[in-house]
Amino acid sequence: MSTPNLDIRDLQVSIEDKQILKGVNLSVNGGEIHAIMGPNGTGKSTLASALMGHPKYEVTGGSVTIDGEDLLEMEVDERARAGLFLAMQYPSEVSGVTNSDFLRSAINAKRGEGNEISLMKFIREMDKQMDVLEMDESFATRYLNEGFSGGEKKRNEILQMMMLKPRFSILDEIDSGLDIDALKIVAAGVNEMRSPERGVIIITHYQRLLNYIKPDFVHVFMQGRIVKSGGPELAERLEQEGYDWVKEELGIVDETVGHKV
Amino acid sequence: MSAFSREQITQLSQSQSEPKWALEKRLEAFAAIENLPLPKLEKTNIDRWNFSQFQLHQVDATFSQPEQLPVEVNRLFLEDHSNILVQKNDAVVYQTQKALQQGVIFTSFANAFQQHETLLKKYLFQQETAHRISAIHQAFMQGGVFVYVPRNVTVELPLQTVFWLAGEEAAIFPHILVVAEENSRVEIVANFLDTDAGAALSNSVIETYVGQGAKVQIATVSQFGDSVVDVMDRFAQVGRDGDMEWIVADLSDGRIISKSTTNLEGAGGHVDVKSVAFGANEMRSNITSEIFHFGTHTTSDIQARSVMKDKATSILNSITKIEKGASKSDGQQTGKVLMLDPEARGDANPILLIDENDVTAGHAASVGRIDPLTLFYLMSRGISKNEASKLIIRGFLDTVIADIPSAALRASIHETIEGKFTS
Repeated sequence: MSTPNLDIRDLQVSIEDKQILKGVNLSVNGGEIHAIMGPNGTGKSTLASALMGHPKYEVTGGSVTIDGEDLLEMEVDERARAGLFLAMQYPSEVSGVTNSDFLRSAINAKRGEGNEISLMKFIREMDKQMDVLEMDESFATRYLNEGFSGGEKKRNEILQMMMLKPRFSILDEIDSGLDIDALKIVAAGVNEMRSPERGVIIITHYQRLLNYIKPDFVHVFMQGRIVKSGGPELAERLEQEGYDWVKEELGIVDETVGHKV
Repeated sequence: MSAFSREQITQLSQSQSEPKWALEKRLEAFAAIENLPLPKLEKTNIDRWNFSQFQLHQVDATFSQPEQLPVEVNRLFLEDHSNILVQKNDAVVYQTQKALQQGVIFTSFANAFQQHETLLKKYLFQQETAHRISAIHQAFMQGGVFVYVPRNVTVELPLQTVFWLAGEEAAIFPHILVVAEENSRVEIVANFLDTDAGAALSNSVIETYVGQGAKVQIATVSQFGDSVVDVMDRFAQVGRDGDMEWIVADLSDGRIISKSTTNLEGAGGHVDVKSVAFGANEMRSNITSEIFHFGTHTTSDIQARSVMKDKATSILNSITKIEKGASKSDGQQTGKVLMLDPEARGDANPILLIDENDVTAGHAASVGRIDPLTLFYLMSRGISKNEASKLIIRGFLDTVIADIPSAALRASIHETIEGKFTS
C-alpha cells in the first residue's frame, strides 16, 4: 500500500449555524506526528470531531481526502474503515456491551464477513496490548467505559487504537486529566504504534505530552484555523512563553472562534 | 361468554377427571364472568381486546420423539432433555421424565387430580378471581403442570414446559402450580408459542409457594404471533428466608398483559424480577411487576427493560409496597424503555409505597431513544449503524438477560430478539 496521506484543505465547519472552523489546511503523511496546540475555545476539538463525522457538526466548505478518497462523503463507520481513528475526549458509556465484545465487533467490521479474527488470536492480542497499557484484565469483561475513571477511559481509547491499528489517529486531548505515570503509559502506547504506515495528529493544550511523544510538526490553532506551523522547537517555545507572542506577532487580540477582530 | 354453557365447563372438568370441588370452583368462576369487570391497567385500554371469543380445539396426535415436533417447538428445549412437558391446545403431546428424586412431582393437571388431590386441594385456586380475565381462566383452565418439591430436595435440572397454541381462534388456559417445600430448590422454564396463524388467546396463571429457605426460579418466554392476546398472571408467596426469581421474556407480537405479584410473607425473604420485552409492528404490552413486603428483612429487586420498534407500545409498571411492620426491608426497582422508531411508544411507571420507617428503597426509570452520540462512538470504530444499534439494544437488554443462569435460554432469547430486530 502507498504511503498514507490525509489531506485537509480550507475546511470550514459550523455548529448550529455558528462557524467554528474557518479554513483549516493540513496534510499528514504516514510516519508523521503532528501536534495541534492552542488555547481553549479555538476550535481544535471541532476539527477532530468534524473529521470523524460527529452528527452535530456541519461541514460548510473545503475538502478532506484520505489516501485520495473523499472523506467527507463517507459515513462515520466508513471513515473508520478507511483508516481514521479518533481517541475521544469524552467517550460514551455503553451499558451491557463488554469492552472485548465491542472491540471484536469493531475489528471484524473492518476485516469483513468470512474473515473474522479467531477468538484465540483476539484474546492474545488484547492481553498483549492491555499489558503495554498496564490495564487490569478485568477491563476486558467490564461494560464499555461504564464506571471507568477519566484516566481509565483515556487508556481504553488508546487500547482501541492499538487493537484497530488505524492509518490515521487523532488524539483529542488524550493527556487531560492524566497524572504523569498514566501519561507515560499512554505515550508508550502511541510510540509503539509509530511507523511509516501510520500518521498521528495530537491535539493538546500543553507541551507536557510532547515530552514523551516527539512530534515532527507543531501547529498553533487560533480563531478556527492553523495560524502558525513549525517543528518541535515551536512547542518548546510555547511551553516557556505561552501564546501571547504568537498573538502579538500575528496581530490577534481574541484567539477564540467567537473573535471580533 | 354466551358461546359457552355450564355443560361445556362440566365436560371440560370431567375430561380431566376432576374432583367435585374443582368443578364447583370452575362453575363459580363461570357464573361470575359476566359480572366481573376487566382489570384496570395503567395507560392501556383493553376494552376492545379479545378475551372471550375463542374455540376449544382438541388434539389427538402425540409425539414420541422430539424430532417429530415442529422446529419452532423443538428449538425451545435447553441442552438437557430430561424433564419436558409439551402441551398443545388442550392435551399433553410430548413428555419426558428422568431421574427425578423421590417425591418430586412434575406432571399434567389431569394426572395430578387423580394422584395428588390432597395437595391440589390445599393450593389450587387459592387466589381470588379478582376480574373477568382471571374468572375466564378459572372456568376454562385446561392442562398446565403441577410441580411439587419435597423438603430439602434440590431438583438439579430445569423442568421445561411448552404451551403450544394451534388452530383458528384457538385458545389455551394453562395453569402452573409450583409448591416448593422447606429448603428445596427448583428451576422451571415455561415457553409459550403458536405455530399457525389465527390463534386467539392464551390466558395463563402461575401460582408459586416458596417454603422456608426454598429457592424457586421460574422463567417464562412468550412468543405468540400478532393475532394472539397473551395474558399471564403470576403469583408467588415467599416464606421465611425463601428466594424467588422471576425471569419474564415478553416477546409476543400481539397484545400482552404480563404481570407478576410476589408476596414476601416471611422474614428474610427475597425476590428478583428480571423482565425483558421486545416489541415490533403493532404490538401492545402492559407489563407489571408488583411486590409486597410483609416480613421484616425482606428484599426485592425489579429490573425491567423494554425495547419497542415500529409502532409497538410498552407500558412498564414497577410497584414496590413495603407494608407496616416490614422493618429493615429493602426494595429496589429499575424500569427502562428504549424506543427505536418515531412511532414506537413507551412509558415507565415506578411506584414505591412505603408504610414503614425503618426501610431502604430506590427506583430508577427512563424512557428514551438510542443516544446519537453513543451511536457515533460505536460507528467511529468502523461498526455499521445497524450493527451498532444492535449492540446498543443487546447491551440494554443484557443488563438483565446476562443474569439468566441457563446459557441455552439466553441464546434462545437473543435469537428471538435478533429475528425481530432484523424483520
